[in-house]
Amino acid sequence: MKNKTTNVVIAGLGGQGVLKASDILAEAAFRAGFDVKKSEIHGMSQRGGSVTSDVRFGEEVFSPMVPQGEADCLVVLSGDQVENNRHLLRPDGVLIAPDWIDENALANRRSLNVALLGALSLFLEMKEETWLEALKTHLPEKYHDLNLRAFESGRSRAQSRKSLS
Amino acid sequence: MSSERRLLSGNEAVAQAALAAGIALGAGYPGTPSTEILENFSELGGSAQWSPNEKVALEVGLGVAFAGARALVTMKHVGLNVAADPFFTAAYTGTDGALIVVSADDPGLASSQNEQDNRRFAVAAGVPMLEPSDSQEAYDFTLAAVELSERRHIPVLLRMTTRVCHSKTIVRWDPKPMPPASPGFRRDIRGRVMIPAYARIAHRSLRKKLSEIAKWNESSSLNRLIRNDRSLGIITSGISAVHAREAAPNASILKLGITYPLPIRKIREFAKSVDRCLVIEEGDPYLVDAIRAEGIAVEGKPEMYRFGELNVERVRRILAGDVSPEKSPPPGKPPQLCAGCPHRSVFDVLHKLDCIVAGDIGCYTLGVLPPFEAMDSCVCMGASIGVGLGLRHALPKAEARRVVSVIGDSTFVHSGITGLVEMVYNPPPTGHLVLILDNGTTAMTGLQEHPGTGRTLDHSRTQKLVFEDLAKSLGIDRVIVVDPMRDSEGFERLVTESLQQEKLTLMIARRPCILAAGKIREYERAESESCECAAARSDSHEE
Repeated sequence: MKNKTTNVVIAGLGGQGVLKASDILAEAAFRAGFDVKKSEIHGMSQRGGSVTSDVRFGEEVFSPMVPQGEADCLVVLSGDQVENNRHLLRPDGVLIAPDWIDENALANRRSLNVALLGALSLFLEMKEETWLEALKTHLPEKYHDLNLRAFESGRSRAQSRKSLS
Repeated sequence: MSSERRLLSGNEAVAQAALAAGIALGAGYPGTPSTEILENFSELGGSAQWSPNEKVALEVGLGVAFAGARALVTMKHVGLNVAADPFFTAAYTGTDGALIVVSADDPGLASSQNEQDNRRFAVAAGVPMLEPSDSQEAYDFTLAAVELSERRHIPVLLRMTTRVCHSKTIVRWDPKPMPPASPGFRRDIRGRVMIPAYARIAHRSLRKKLSEIAKWNESSSLNRLIRNDRSLGIITSGISAVHAREAAPNASILKLGITYPLPIRKIREFAKSVDRCLVIEEGDPYLVDAIRAEGIAVEGKPEMYRFGELNVERVRRILAGDVSPEKSPPPGKPPQLCAGCPHRSVFDVLHKLDCIVAGDIGCYTLGVLPPFEAMDSCVCMGASIGVGLGLRHALPKAEARRVVSVIGDSTFVHSGITGLVEMVYNPPPTGHLVLILDNGTTAMTGLQEHPGTGRTLDHSRTQKLVFEDLAKSLGIDRVIVVDPMRDSEGFERLVTESLQQEKLTLMIARRPCILAAGKIREYERAESESCECAAARSDSHEE
């Protein structure tokens, strides 16, 4: 872990919950005791355009922006946003795309962002409890159950995917 | 009290520090990336307000500081152009309390019309400048700025950039408030009434203050020396400092926290102590020029890196002297007007009628993109009206008749009212049509209130500015209010008619922003309920 910074980029379209997802991830890393930086551009994000958010954590993080080609994980919320963001991923990095999740199995499609975080959680070193605390911190209480289920379903889909490969 | 430790954006950190610093009033005008500072300050219990524009906000802040209290004034970089008039002379008058001006610059133009570098403003006006590079420093430097302003009786510029404002990093702080200010009026006619005789003296006293601050800055702890390998030294500030530390982990770094007036002696010693000394800065070559002007030999960055934001890769390239063309990232999906946005029907009509459209700043600037392509200029807040009038004055008659000025409601209050006065005072021979796109909110920056909504920053009720009443009081021939979406054919007819008549027309296309409509209904319901309660209470008093 020493001097190794973990880089995650979350990408999608305005309104999909990209920033919410990166808030939850940053919170989980913060709670796990890492130095954390998170960066994105707001402003045009509500207008349906491409949005990306960078989260970096480790012992000491300097720049808040993930350098191109250095993302360990790229989480994409919209199928049409994979190609324009692929260059951010390092050659052996993990691409977590929306087709990992069966959207029809989600109680609410708006929790796709959280389901993908569930998938991401398998590739990062934070404990599951830490993730759940972070989720609760950043989501209104009435949506906790729905999102915890989405997170679990994403995590188990990724688990079965991982064991297949 | 134990210290707090949280993950905050730079803007949240400034708000948190403003609370600890006992800021009596925060004033500003919404502008990406500065907007969240005052919103957060208000949520934390601070007193915060949106002013009609940045000039007024800064003047209000100056009044607060004249009263011996502490003021925080926030704006985006181009907002300081609007507030430049009071900014320059406030440097002369100085302050009794504290006056902190936050300029949130936008290198890379994430959401702006230019990428001007406001470090130039600090030098031009003679205002000390602090540049935080993360949220911790945004917190610490805000406190330091208040102390500096109050101790030296001078406004202070806290210069941030998009990445510092919007990135979240860990902040630790001790929630111990600063000792409170003690407001009270102190008459100081020679110090505050800037007639030439007094201003000449004030200018000399400003320069004296700045030279004292420069001397103090030589030993300020806000400038940090990170001593490493002596073969490479980097002088840097703000967000560039964190990119540089990552790109050159073995370099010695002089990270400047106060970038005006500069600690020249410290810089000279640092440059002398390393084999190769490079200045890494985003935007204009401000530091490198100022340092070289002192006869200190340093390397700058190639001109190509003046454009856009810096990041770790670009700093690596600068260090390597790499001037080969940079690969541009694959294009993403551009933003667009929302489905159900009332501006859509307006731009459909303007496109169809082949209008010459003088546009303005806001969501509706997206009317320039396909499928509308119905905007011919966009320069600065309020420019639609002046530019539209200029076009009307100079174009051949047939073309002049097609000119329309299009401006949003918040932008109109910010800088459009004087344009309307100009229209009445110097009417073009063909008349003119001004369209206010009144969606009942400052949509672009995230749905903030303004004087035309009748609600203050925290959405509570206040006097409402009624555009049609204002226009009628100016003596405008035709003042029309229309819902462009409910009756788009009627709207098209009205525009056609207005262009044919050689009169002055103000048309207010009024329909709430689709993102704000629900919230507006909520605020209105809360207002009417509280009105009913108040009425019921006063009834019971009468009995």
